[in-house]
Amino acid sequence: MAEVRDGLRYTRTHEWVRIEGDVAVVGVTDFAQSELGDITYLELPEPGTTVKQGDSMGVIESVKAASDIYAPVSGEVIEANKAVVDSPELVNKSPYDDAWLVKIKLSAPEEVDRLMDAEAYRKFLAETAAMA
Amino acid sequence: MSPKVTPLYERHRALGARFIEFAGWTMPVQYEGIISEHLAVRTRAGLFDLGHMGQVIVRGKDALPFLQYLTPNDVAALSPGKAQYSMFLYSSGGVVDDIIVYRVPDTAEYLVVVNAANTEKDLEWLNDHRSQHPEWSVEIEDMSARTGMLALQGPLAEPILQHLTSFDLGTLPSFGIVRTEVAGIATLVARTGYTGEDGFECYCPIERVVDLWDAILEAGQPLGLVPVGLGARDTLRIEAGLPLYGNELSPEITPLEAGLGWVIAWQKGAFLGREALERQRDQGPPRRLVGFELVERGGIPRHGYPVQFESDVVGTVTSGTVSPTLGKTIGMALIARHAAAPGRPLEILIRDRLVKAVQVKLPFYRRSRSTSRSV
Repeated sequence: MAEVRDGLRYTRTHEWVRIEGDVAVVGVTDFAQSELGDITYLELPEPGTTVKQGDSMGVIESVKAASDIYAPVSGEVIEANKAVVDSPELVNKSPYDDAWLVKIKLSAPEEVDRLMDAEAYRKFLAETAAMA
Repeated sequence: MSPKVTPLYERHRALGARFIEFAGWTMPVQYEGIISEHLAVRTRAGLFDLGHMGQVIVRGKDALPFLQYLTPNDVAALSPGKAQYSMFLYSSGGVVDDIIVYRVPDTAEYLVVVNAANTEKDLEWLNDHRSQHPEWSVEIEDMSARTGMLALQGPLAEPILQHLTSFDLGTLPSFGIVRTEVAGIATLVARTGYTGEDGFECYCPIERVVDLWDAILEAGQPLGLVPVGLGARDTLRIEAGLPLYGNELSPEITPLEAGLGWVIAWQKGAFLGREALERQRDQGPPRRLVGFELVERGGIPRHGYPVQFESDVVGTVTSGTVSPTLGKTIGMALIARHAAAPGRPLEILIRDRLVKAVQVKLPFYRRSRSTSRSV
């Protein structure tokens, strides 16, 4: 069973968000890394990049396939996780902790409330599995 | 029509496999993970379910001239118990399928093993040609539904399989085939494979393939044998520089372009596709298959991605992957002859970025001499 962390927010495209003040820390979920398989490459946005909620802001690639990473919130990218770009396998090993991907300074904090909480994401995953 | 599964489907599920659809079959793509399975085959051994592939028996008084005409390699050179890599060709010199032809010991039969994606096409093609030559007495029997096929590959494959058979595997040379018993199951054991490692492909009656799988896994467990899916099968064969039909070979790609000219036994006389290949040989093939490795990070160069040389598009990627053994990103590309040479640079368009690469000789990986069979 894929791990879903309480206290985080989630998108339908399997990104997670942790709010620290006016900054959103963003990564991909345990479900995402498990579906993708061994992660081999990441393209992350440069600090200073402005993103809009729902925009594609990067790429995560495994042996099997490449997938877009979508901005869960709007704002300015203030940091990208270099350690993960150098060691993509961190996404498989530690998707919620060591493998955070970017930090975004929120330009529209109210967007966060529109994201799923842990319970809603668990339901979403169950529905996705049932349809498969 | 719903996808087919082999008798091992429930075994794969119990082992935690993830599945993909391939050539109308639902097959395991990975169990523990593509990279760990790949490395297991290179350092210990892996067991593959290849029940989706096709097996065709060709027999009859004229089986030899029939196959000799329809393939470019020299079938007459096969003594009983020997096999050869070969192809079915169109008259254009393009490829219908790449195959292994086995001369089955103690019989007057040839076993031809074909790709899963092409089994139906190949049978139609063979039967077409047989009806075009009513003077030949040939029987073509599709054994695919009745044949289970497993591959055991890796440096520890021989000791593992030796536990289960009284036949001395040390006497079986590369591309040799023997009819024996494995775990008490009547099995054709061939020293062939698609990984670049030593190993065996085993053919048994389909109603025994689950028992054979169980027996081999059990015998191999103390030596670290793991089940391996189609994901690692692909990364292993790319490292070994082996072609995949649909990528490096197709109706539009000749064996000469694919660097497989050694398959052609020019001295044997007429065969389907000979004239076209002679012309291409004499003029020099217009395209060459080259190996390359990325020299900067940029993702995986996948099938169909454009390849540039000195700012011109000269071809496309045929296959590409990360190489777990080499720690590099590697690939093969079919490019215009003038651009092809080891050491020359290339640029691969990966999504919207031109990523720098360098041409390298194939194969990317060769197993060490100590594990090679010289018999």
